[in-house]
Amino acid sequence: MRHIISLLVENEAGALSRISGLFSARGYNIESLTVATTEDQTLSRMTIITTGSDRIIEQITKQLNKLVDVVKLQDITEGNFIEREMMFVKVKAEGDTQRGEVKRLSDIFRARIIDVTDTTFCIELTGSGSKLDAYIKSMHENNIVEVVRSGSMGILRGEKALTL
Amino acid sequence: MELSGSEIIIQFLKDEGVKHIFGYPGGAVLHIYDALQKQTDVEHILVRHEQGASHAADGYARATGKPCVCLVTSGPGATNAITGIATAYMDSIPLVVITGQVPSHVIGQDAFQEVDAVGISRPCVKHNFLVKDLSKLAETLKKAFYVATTGRPGPVVVDIPKDITAPHIKIPYEYPAKVEMRSYNPNFKGHPRQIKRAVELMLGAKRPMVYTGGGVIMDDASQELRDFVHKLGFPITQTLMGLGAFPGTDPQFIGMLGMHGTYEANMAMHECDVLICIGARFDDRITGVTSKFCPYAQIIHVDIDPASISKTINADIPIVGGAKQVLTEMLKQLEKTEVQVDQAALESWWNTIKSWQSQDSFAYAKKDGVIQPQEAVEELYKVTKGDAYITSDVGQHQMYAAQFYPFDEPRRWINSGGLGTMGFGLPAAMGIKLAFPDKDVACVTGEGSIQMCIQELSTCLQYGLHVKIINLNNRYLGMVRQWQEFFYEKRYSHVYMDSLPDFVKLAEAYGHVGIRVDDPNDLHDAMVEAFKLKDRTVFLDIITDQEANVYPMISAGKAHNEMDISPLQQAKQALLKSKGELV
Repeated sequence: MRHIISLLVENEAGALSRISGLFSARGYNIESLTVATTEDQTLSRMTIITTGSDRIIEQITKQLNKLVDVVKLQDITEGNFIEREMMFVKVKAEGDTQRGEVKRLSDIFRARIIDVTDTTFCIELTGSGSKLDAYIKSMHENNIVEVVRSGSMGILRGEKALTL
Repeated sequence: MELSGSEIIIQFLKDEGVKHIFGYPGGAVLHIYDALQKQTDVEHILVRHEQGASHAADGYARATGKPCVCLVTSGPGATNAITGIATAYMDSIPLVVITGQVPSHVIGQDAFQEVDAVGISRPCVKHNFLVKDLSKLAETLKKAFYVATTGRPGPVVVDIPKDITAPHIKIPYEYPAKVEMRSYNPNFKGHPRQIKRAVELMLGAKRPMVYTGGGVIMDDASQELRDFVHKLGFPITQTLMGLGAFPGTDPQFIGMLGMHGTYEANMAMHECDVLICIGARFDDRITGVTSKFCPYAQIIHVDIDPASISKTINADIPIVGGAKQVLTEMLKQLEKTEVQVDQAALESWWNTIKSWQSQDSFAYAKKDGVIQPQEAVEELYKVTKGDAYITSDVGQHQMYAAQFYPFDEPRRWINSGGLGTMGFGLPAAMGIKLAFPDKDVACVTGEGSIQMCIQELSTCLQYGLHVKIINLNNRYLGMVRQWQEFFYEKRYSHVYMDSLPDFVKLAEAYGHVGIRVDDPNDLHDAMVEAFKLKDRTVFLDIITDQEANVYPMISAGKAHNEMDISPLQQAKQALLKSKGELV
């Protein structure tokens, strides 16, 4: 099962390596990991996408909670949640036909073209991971120059929140 | 009071009540050593290798129950200490390890003796710190002690760059009596409703079993455990780490369990219907193959560490809490309840256990002219009247010590259970002797293990730490050889120690007494002699049967009821069978 684990961690040097080190040392899967500071500069918010059986996920949350730098943790897949990921794609765009096609496709996905050269477009797209996958799939493989994905972030719907 | 970083470290240690530290100087800690030299409250023990420092501090902490400190320099000082830190981590021992670091402005520049001590130690510490700001030094040290000693204890590394300890930069110092960390709350109290459910379950048991580990010792809950087990009348087994929490000579104790545990303890684990686990973690040396573990039992698991619960074995009633608090609460509830233990069922259960005990699974054959390692440990027990502090290294001798030296008190049996570190025994014994100078301290070791930290014999001389080394010398790396005999068709690969030093002369070269024994008839006198020499370190080199094996044994992939028993017992069983006495 795929789980989204949200963490509040002390914004200190080494906190990220403690967490990534835990995953590699104990052989847990890690699909993506994103981290940045919050409105409180002493705290970072991290989103980890991982997969495993219920037993493994239970161990992952317990082991994460045991780390001294982890202030709070929530498996948001246990509740009603929103998940988004951001992507930049640089694609070849040469000639009117190709440029028009990429533009049309991007409109369908509600992607935005954020940089243009004579031969390329840079496109920004936000959505669920599967939406981003679908966009890449719809592009002609040979046209893709570069893909940058942020990894997913998640938040709970409603009034519930992961705060101190 | 205005103090430099170095003075703050020393003053803090005094304020924290630290009497002894183990260490080794070097460039990055020169300022600290200068401050150390100007005072007498904190005594520094100079080891001969930093691994010795971390093991000695570990032994001290295990025997006293108090956190212990070691101080090493940057680079190789820190990396040498790592084995001891990992040893303490696996067995949950509170250590505070201060490592010097190169000056802040050259960190990351591959400076002389620079290593990322925080990075290297990260997977084997409970937590670690790099001190970047002198004003945070005292607070960080306090946090280190707080984290090391609370919850599930463990080692904490504090990495201190040299500029932080500079003698000319002084700041006001006040002892931080208390620290708070919003991200660390170790105070788990066993949930009363879970404890109630557990008490109900155990009172309804027909074939109950108590299984405890090092957590009971770490939480100083031995008395509560004794009261609990005596009140219920249940059989109890203990892990290698738990020995001594419940008296080894008490009739309710049915021996250690696991790979080299007693036949009766392992059979009782397999057949029990309620398993009460307190402060143990279902380690793979305990469980055998997990799919066949305790097939009939409902499991109660008490542990201070939530991550230990249902990690390898699913708990039916998990209780997150310290052993002392949970046992106290259980005893209270047992006093209140009117439900009684099913005495008829318990009596029948004990009869079954006694039939297993009659197998005498540790029995071994004595031979004329050849010392069996088991009889050497039995002799050690007799001569020390079972009252010594015993450390061990890792291998066959460790198992013999655990099997043949019943411990009646906690913190007397000091060994590296989790990491299995050869070289642990001698420095750990030094640490204990420093804490308890009037007690007998013996290190049961082998000729392989002892050579991994033998340089500490020099430390023993310098500080008058007169430990007794009981070297079970079989000229083989015995446990590896045993596995090669059993599982690799006797292809002995690199286990024969064919150019051993003369340990008697070696001991003498270090200024100690060396005694060699190779005849069983001389064993008693030699052992008596060794312990009579109170003010000498004695190296007793005991030449033992070269191919003795540790029995019984649960092989890899086997269950508790699939133990291999010794050839002696196989013969005994065959004889009984032929007479029709064994069915």
